[in-house]
Amino acid sequence: MMVETLQQLLPGFLIPLFNGLMQLGQDTFGSAWPDIVTLVWTVVKAMLVLAPLLGVVAYATYGERKVIGWIQIRLGPNRVGPLGLFQPVADGVKVLLKEIVIPTRADKAVYFLAPAFSFAPALIAWAVIPFNDFLVLANINASLLFVMSVTSISVYGIMLGGWAPDSKYAFLGAMRSAAQMISYEIPMGLALVVVLMVSNSLNLVDIVEAQGRGWFAGMGIKFLSWNWLPLLPVFVVYLTSVFAEANRAPFDLTEGESEIIGFHVEYSGMAFAVFQLAEYTAMLMGCALVSLLFLGGWLSPVSFLPDSILWFLVKTFGVLVLFYWVRATFPRYRYDQVMRLGWKVFIPVCLVWLAVVACWMLSPLNIWK
Amino acid sequence: MGSMKEIFNSLLLKELLQGLSVTGRHLFARKITVRYPEERTPQSFRFRGLHALRRHANGEERCIACKLCEAVCPAMAIRIEMGEREDGSRRTTRYDIDLHKCIFCGFCEEACPVDAIVLTRVFEYHGERQSDLYYTKPMLLDNGDRHEEQIAADKAADARYR
Repeated sequence: MMVETLQQLLPGFLIPLFNGLMQLGQDTFGSAWPDIVTLVWTVVKAMLVLAPLLGVVAYATYGERKVIGWIQIRLGPNRVGPLGLFQPVADGVKVLLKEIVIPTRADKAVYFLAPAFSFAPALIAWAVIPFNDFLVLANINASLLFVMSVTSISVYGIMLGGWAPDSKYAFLGAMRSAAQMISYEIPMGLALVVVLMVSNSLNLVDIVEAQGRGWFAGMGIKFLSWNWLPLLPVFVVYLTSVFAEANRAPFDLTEGESEIIGFHVEYSGMAFAVFQLAEYTAMLMGCALVSLLFLGGWLSPVSFLPDSILWFLVKTFGVLVLFYWVRATFPRYRYDQVMRLGWKVFIPVCLVWLAVVACWMLSPLNIWK
Repeated sequence: MGSMKEIFNSLLLKELLQGLSVTGRHLFARKITVRYPEERTPQSFRFRGLHALRRHANGEERCIACKLCEAVCPAMAIRIEMGEREDGSRRTTRYDIDLHKCIFCGFCEEACPVDAIVLTRVFEYHGERQSDLYYTKPMLLDNGDRHEEQIAADKAADARYR
């Protein structure tokens, strides 16, 4: 079955070559061959998502420096290569060549496990992100739940990273960050409850398609039917929680480079860079989720333009720019303010809007039928 | 009532949106960065850079060893020793400027009655050892010879304000 799917994807002149290869594999491996094909094809698909993703992550750092530079009426990086385009390469080489200083009393195994623990979940979650209605690695039923649970694991990376070096500053930083991330998961979760209430599904593909239906969509102005408008308060809460969850400004006191610093004080070189990569991957993940859940994913904003993966990329990129814009605009929150906002503002707002939407859905004015 | 208004303003993100609009305008503003080696900021003819000792048109050094510059120098960066030359004229036997001490205030240039010590527009120089930035009389005269054209033009431009 896998073989037939692959055959359809290939251009005509490659099919004889492909068939020959399949025959050869069949002869060599026998009955295990279809499984091997499935395995290889899955790995290839995963690579097709991961490799561009890592490239985008590298250039997200460049884009961030450019955008923040422009906002500060500067030019941003422009020395390495044309327009500074090779800056991420230079940064990567620099960080690879740096020494990793391991604190004497650190637990070495945990010390090196921690960056992996924070990076891996951010990558794994991409497995269920649909780029359009068929381009998705794993179109599972409860993909939203999967994303929520996998991204929660990155808290372990932070906790281990603060614990392993046996440094009290790192440890306190880890405590702060873990508390922050867990606190913001609650308003995030409540916001998602509202989203899945109106779309009646935990599957990201279904959630996006549900946004393409509605009163405004029938009139051709689809972007007014997307979740952001009827769920505006929830959208704002979710967006802000994504900032906090990804430890981005103005909630980046996890990093807090200018004053309190965070769980990764004792990390240097590539080990530190992996934490940074994890942060950017998680941020891109958050952007993708915002555009899927509230901005209609790959749906086109008006009905006379076709739906396309490009819309998804444009929306994700737009949210990403918003992240940079916010970082260049707002000062960092104090820790108690972060907690206050999460518990005393976002959770009540979410709960109220949850009740409002529930009543709305039961009333005759329900727009999500 | 006032606090209700505040609550509504904060729920509607009023101030956050104001802030974002300010930075959003700056995003498209003209950038003020000067890409230094390729672009340069304009220099005044009074620019105070590296020192130089000038000569008269006939090649005679201007300095008459009056030591006014040494006296006025607030950083005490100038050291002058004076002696009589074979032809009987009063000349410096030593004229050193320690660039580590110099604060580039330009007082020496102001004090000089014969326009001998001047500050040129040169600001891109370096020393690889400490002694490289201790300028002696031949080095200063050499600077003067090298930049005389520019120095003379700058002096002429400045003259109408004196």
